[in-house]
Amino acid sequence: MADVASPQQPPASPVGETPHEPHLAHHFDDMEQQREAATLGMWVFLVTELLFFGGLFASYMIYRIWYPSTFGVASRQLNILSGASMTVILITSSLTMALAVHAAARGRRTRILGFLGLTLVLGAAFVGLKFLEYYHEYLNHHIPGHGFRIEGTDPNHAQIFFSLYFAMTGLHALHMFIGFGVILTMMYMAWRNYFSEKWHTPVEIAGLYWHFVDIIWIFLFPLLYLVDRHR
Amino acid sequence: MEAVEALTLPKTHYLNAEYGIRSWLLTTDHKRIAILYLVSITAFFAVGAMFAGIMRLELLTPAGDLVSDDTYNKLFTMHGIVMIFLFLIPSIPAVFGNFLVPMMIGARDLAFPKINLLSWYVYVAGALFTLWAITTGGVDTGWTFYTPFSTTASNSNVLTAAVGVFIAGFSSILTGLNFIVTIHRMRAPGMTWMRMPLFLWAIYATALINVLGTPVLAITLLLVGLERAFHLGIFNPAYGGDPLLFQHLFWFYSHPAVYIMILPSMGVVSELIAAFTRHRIFGYKIVAFSSLAIAVFGFLVWGHHMFVAGISMYSAMIFSVLSFLVAIPSAIKVFNWTATLYKGSIKLDSPMLYALGFIGLFTVGGLTGLFVASLGVDVHVTDTYFVVAHFHYIMVGGALMGYLGAMHFWWPKITGRMYPEIWAKLAALTVFLGFNLTFFPQFILGYLGMPRRYHAYPPEFQALNVLSTAGASVLGIGYLMPLVYLLLSLKYGKVAGPNPWRATGLEWQTPSPPPTFNFDRTPIVTGPAYDYEKQEIRLG
Amino acid sequence: MWPRFFPVFPERASTMAGRVDALYFFLIGVSVFFVVLIATLIVYFAFRYRRRAAGEIGRPVHGGYALEVLWTAVPVLLTIVMFFWGASVYFSMGSPPADTLDIYVVAKQWMFKFQHLAGQREIDELHVPAGRAVKLTMTSEDVIHDLYVPAFRIKADILPGRYTTIWFTATRPGTYHFFCAEYCGTRHSGMTGQVVVMAPADYEAWLSGGTTETSMASAGEKLFQDLGCVTCHQADGQGRGPSLQGVFGHPVQLTGGQSVTADEAYLRTCILTPGGTNVAGYQPIMPSFQGVVSEDQLSQLIEYIKSLASAPPPQGPTPKR
Repeated sequence: MADVASPQQPPASPVGETPHEPHLAHHFDDMEQQREAATLGMWVFLVTELLFFGGLFASYMIYRIWYPSTFGVASRQLNILSGASMTVILITSSLTMALAVHAAARGRRTRILGFLGLTLVLGAAFVGLKFLEYYHEYLNHHIPGHGFRIEGTDPNHAQIFFSLYFAMTGLHALHMFIGFGVILTMMYMAWRNYFSEKWHTPVEIAGLYWHFVDIIWIFLFPLLYLVDRHR
Repeated sequence: MEAVEALTLPKTHYLNAEYGIRSWLLTTDHKRIAILYLVSITAFFAVGAMFAGIMRLELLTPAGDLVSDDTYNKLFTMHGIVMIFLFLIPSIPAVFGNFLVPMMIGARDLAFPKINLLSWYVYVAGALFTLWAITTGGVDTGWTFYTPFSTTASNSNVLTAAVGVFIAGFSSILTGLNFIVTIHRMRAPGMTWMRMPLFLWAIYATALINVLGTPVLAITLLLVGLERAFHLGIFNPAYGGDPLLFQHLFWFYSHPAVYIMILPSMGVVSELIAAFTRHRIFGYKIVAFSSLAIAVFGFLVWGHHMFVAGISMYSAMIFSVLSFLVAIPSAIKVFNWTATLYKGSIKLDSPMLYALGFIGLFTVGGLTGLFVASLGVDVHVTDTYFVVAHFHYIMVGGALMGYLGAMHFWWPKITGRMYPEIWAKLAALTVFLGFNLTFFPQFILGYLGMPRRYHAYPPEFQALNVLSTAGASVLGIGYLMPLVYLLLSLKYGKVAGPNPWRATGLEWQTPSPPPTFNFDRTPIVTGPAYDYEKQEIRLG
Repeated sequence: MWPRFFPVFPERASTMAGRVDALYFFLIGVSVFFVVLIATLIVYFAFRYRRRAAGEIGRPVHGGYALEVLWTAVPVLLTIVMFFWGASVYFSMGSPPADTLDIYVVAKQWMFKFQHLAGQREIDELHVPAGRAVKLTMTSEDVIHDLYVPAFRIKADILPGRYTTIWFTATRPGTYHFFCAEYCGTRHSGMTGQVVVMAPADYEAWLSGGTTETSMASAGEKLFQDLGCVTCHQADGQGRGPSLQGVFGHPVQLTGGQSVTADEAYLRTCILTPGGTNVAGYQPIMPSFQGVVSEDQLSQLIEYIKSLASAPPPQGPTPKR
């Protein structure tokens, strides 16, 4: 049965008796446990995000399988150059983010700030291009709803393509904005010199989040932009 | 016998460590957060119960003469939404999970105390949105929000309600995330997985479902909201969409959701049976793995809500087979609990009465699940009162009984006080009898052919409806009783002491109520759960 | 007398009802067995092993693996039996015989419209003969509805935008409730009616009894002319669209290479959303008739095309366009 260590035995990890680590929360036994908990927590959160996008991906795949030619027609309305550029930009931002984490692990304050800033700029460029695309969809009457117009014999299912397109890329863009907030917070903490070899967990898990947002886009791009492009 | 000295409350504990409303609203103490949840979900239980009361009154007579049909449609919708999303899904995890998980594993708090507090605020935000939907006209789509009715034809607050449920879902996700990380990373030295109390296994399995399933509900509600607001066509055949896609997405979450509602209760029952037979749970490993099996299999059976919806015969058969398989781990648990009684030392205190009541009622509910899993019978009984009876046996006869059992068992730990045992036994009996009188006639009603969600019905269904309403009144009394005597016990109850039940478990090694940080020293675990032999040697 | 005021079991009025009830009673038997078993054990153990002294604990119990295997294997076997039995009944429910009396059903908030082939229309009441297999082809004009006849033990959702079917053979003349069993809005609980099962002779009398409506197929033929279908779908196959002689029930080759059976669902898609059903060898120029034809008219057109099924398809090569 469970036995409480009696006060005569040396305690396993008594509260308040180890030297107070500046970033150790009181309910953890040591920094290692805290870091592992934070990392596992972020991974679990990313799994929920995967399932969240997963519902959209599943809906998209189902309609794509049912109406391949219509989805091809609709997909060809998208600007593939813009989409490809966005992909390159976002992948590069993942690189700069990884470099920021690398710098944080060495406590290199300037580098952390530099790479995080670069990530932010690239992310902003991505979102800028996305909104430019949205504007073009608006001009072409491809916004789903009453004003929707498109060539071809199947406007209804083409409209479903665009509904899912806006839902998926819009949700992705929302996650980018959240990512901006996370990066800015990391930049503030780096500026205040919080990070060191001993503790840089927030940057690590921010990196995990950013890479995840990148991976979602890596799936979105071919699914949405590259339908039937070889024809 | 117990030591003769009079028990006193500890001088400082988590309830009086700090005073003032800020100390409660900004707390990160998992125990205080559990109390915050307890108060909120009790309030919403009352709201949901009130809706049910009005519905049962209406159903006393065949004619729809108490409320209008629109109002009735809103009542059953809001009863479902409030009871499922604002009461049952949080209930045991958010109250007893929050309170007990750190204590049972020997930790000072959950892995993410601030996220824990955030989860309560998110719950409150979702609940307030839902309350707003209710009070500004209501929702009438059914808690299932089927399209295209919800996206095109309903003239009610669909968007607001969908947003409310969407937000509340994030509370579940955060709670589940917290439990998973805590159980993985913060177990006391010596507490291996196989030494954990079974309640923790159940909470863990529930957390897995929370984390994997709830996001799918979120995206589904988001799509419904977008469709309704912008007249899209994803689920609307008039615009080329497929209403069955909505049903698949919806039930992909909402079936596992029912396991979110029952698994924690099963965990509670394991604890209660062990404590009141002073016996190891028979087949501990099997019971632990059954919880995981239920969580996994629970994700594979969603199509059984759609047997007559227009899916192919062959996919229906696959879902039917899987639905039968998911019943097996639950059956195993029932047999294991019963076997634990053999050669136990049984005391029929009120928590045990709730546990035994659970076993009986859950067995009926689970067996009737076989009826609806069985394709040939389901065609006749789906969308009738048979299904209503089936799920109420599980969710009320099962989950709610488990919740009440947990409430009585851990009340002394949470408050430091005992409640009057006579009244508790009487309440348990009242709930059991009232429940059966309310819901058993509904099985008969369903097979007879009374559809669900019916405001008015043909006269031949009246007699059974009258029985059901009579039972509901008794049930209502049974629920009011604990509210009264538990609250009174806060002032007048006997001081409980650390371990009034002489149960095993780390939570009983602390004072009642416990101090804010639970343990002065991290405990070291040296043996399995429910080791009553060792406990008796220690306690003397 | 009391069953009239306190019925506890529904009437049996179809060939399927007995099979469903048999399975139901089997399930009840198994359930009663296990409930009684568990309840008895609990009560017995609670008495036999009640705590007799304050510090008493439970006694060790060893082994029991055989028991665990037994109480896993037995439920698994029972559920396998239940599954196959239920699936077999369900399969029969989903397999109407070849020769059925066909009736079209259009559901809308909050009524059922029944359309007989010979032209009779009924609202919230359906006359059928006893002893003959009846197949209902159903669709909804708005939201999801459901047709449920408890006495026949049948139920199926009625979806907008597609056809669902249900079939039964009524056994006893009489009047039986039907209900809409999928929540559909304000008057969902008012969306009920009755099936009137008549002896075959009475049914014949009712059929010839008095309707000025033309048969569905004739109405469909008139629509076929009025809507201009006949301009492209010429009987000799020389028009811009394929001839519809002998098409119903047979495979059709589509442009993409796959072959589909020309059933009601296919014809419906062709008329409403021709984009996805292009027949090989023909240009995709057929306009959509969505919004142009009502559900009633759609079923009339389909019945007309069905009536062409026995005509031989035109000979000769398909014209190159």
